[in-house]
Amino acid sequence: MTTGRPSGGPISERGGDTIENLIEIKGVKHAYATASGPLPVLDGLDVSVPTGTFAAVVGPSGCGKSTLTRLVAGLMKPDEGEVYLHGERVKGPRKTVGMAFQNPVLLEWRTIMDNVILPLEIVAPRMSRADREARAMELLDMVGLTGFENKRPSELSGGMRQRASLCRSLVHKPEVLIMDEPFGALDAFTREDLWQTMRDLRRAEPFTTVLITHDLRESVFLGDQVIVLSGRPARTQYVMDVDLPEDRTLDVLYTPKVADMLHILRDQIKIAQGRDGGAH
Amino acid sequence: MLYKIAVPVASILIFLGFWEFLVWVNGWPNYKMASPSDLPPAFWQYKELFLIMGWQTLWRTVVGLFLAVVFGTLLGMIIGFSRIARDALYPLLVGFNAVPKATLVPVIALLFIGQHDFNTVLMAFMISFFPIAVSVGIGLSTLEPEYRDILRALGASKFTIFRKIALPKTLPEFFGALKVAATLAFIGTNLVEIVSPHGRGLGALFKSGETNGNYPLMFAVLIALAVLGIVLYYAVVFLEKIFAGWAERAQS
Repeated sequence: MTTGRPSGGPISERGGDTIENLIEIKGVKHAYATASGPLPVLDGLDVSVPTGTFAAVVGPSGCGKSTLTRLVAGLMKPDEGEVYLHGERVKGPRKTVGMAFQNPVLLEWRTIMDNVILPLEIVAPRMSRADREARAMELLDMVGLTGFENKRPSELSGGMRQRASLCRSLVHKPEVLIMDEPFGALDAFTREDLWQTMRDLRRAEPFTTVLITHDLRESVFLGDQVIVLSGRPARTQYVMDVDLPEDRTLDVLYTPKVADMLHILRDQIKIAQGRDGGAH
Repeated sequence: MLYKIAVPVASILIFLGFWEFLVWVNGWPNYKMASPSDLPPAFWQYKELFLIMGWQTLWRTVVGLFLAVVFGTLLGMIIGFSRIARDALYPLLVGFNAVPKATLVPVIALLFIGQHDFNTVLMAFMISFFPIAVSVGIGLSTLEPEYRDILRALGASKFTIFRKIALPKTLPEFFGALKVAATLAFIGTNLVEIVSPHGRGLGALFKSGETNGNYPLMFAVLIALAVLGIVLYYAVVFLEKIFAGWAERAQS
């Protein structure tokens, strides 16, 4: 089920003919019906995410980024254009997708363990309880929640809850992980911790990721490519290949190279917001 | 544990002491206002009636409440899931709830003549289903979309999402409403028992006390009703602890 990452080589190798694009979004347009007529949110969205890579999507608030996640998850269909997974048109929800949101949406009446195995109850109804727990434990260990499996969500801190939520979205080994500002509500240090957790999870279990974020440093630290969307209605405005070593540490964020990248992205966001890009 | 029992018991004793004091200080005779010390003899004199009538009142209330739970939950699911149903039914429900139920006693008494048990259960049901329907409806309709999406994205059916997420998530609201409904159901039962002739239950016993000018008996009935109310209320609290105890922990 899981697809391997491209041999752990340098990121610059990807994009070659041999690597399939797991997610392919072509010319997507979409409008929501509102009381005052149709509200266009997406207008010419093109996104390609090669198998095993990490796409970070940034853009002004309210530009339609969350609509993008719902499209990839198969929770809605675009008015125009196509969304492909594995070259197959997305027609509805599929079991190979995992989702995480800013709100960890843990079920308060379940323990952390029972929260994490929830997707398995849907995706793998015949899997034994012991196997489910073993699988969940694997992930809980990886994110540093060993010993918390029998706690209730209310007994955990915000960062721990988000870690548990990540485990839940990965427990069924999805091909695609879709994250909608998962770290947005956390304090800066907890957020950095979670970036590193995210990096380690990807190293341990390859999956393809689409991350919606407002944090440019986050997009560069985690992403293999950063996609800047324009203001609403959103189209793909700018795509940056993040040419950094795969084993990044937080130190990389303080190098001149990353400073330059952040600067470019910052200017692109300004353009997306409809303001002057500034001298560069 | 001792504290948990001692505090309410002490407050009840203080209340009874204050009542006794009021009657004594004002020099009210028995036929004007009974005092707590009049009650034990009244209970003792009519102990068999109290057991029979108390049981009558209790089972009718519980059956009415049970029907209210079943119907109220179904109705709540309908208005919780369907916008049209919500818009259509809310005014009707609010209007029905606003009608004083005492005015319906003669209506159902005529409709179902002599069906005393049925009438009483029906009234207990009618007066108590509303809060349950509303709270379940609101609980379901305010479910955050993310909760649905985590399962919907995996292709889970609507029923699975309801069973695994929506239903347990509304349980705290449901039990909150059930506590209100339990008290209301008692009022419904007694309404019919007191008003309709040849009634049974504690309401009828109250009525006969009134007819015979037996004030200690009337007050004894009120105390018995209060005790039954407390028993039913804490039965609901007990169920809440079992099925929705997590909500209490989540708030602390």
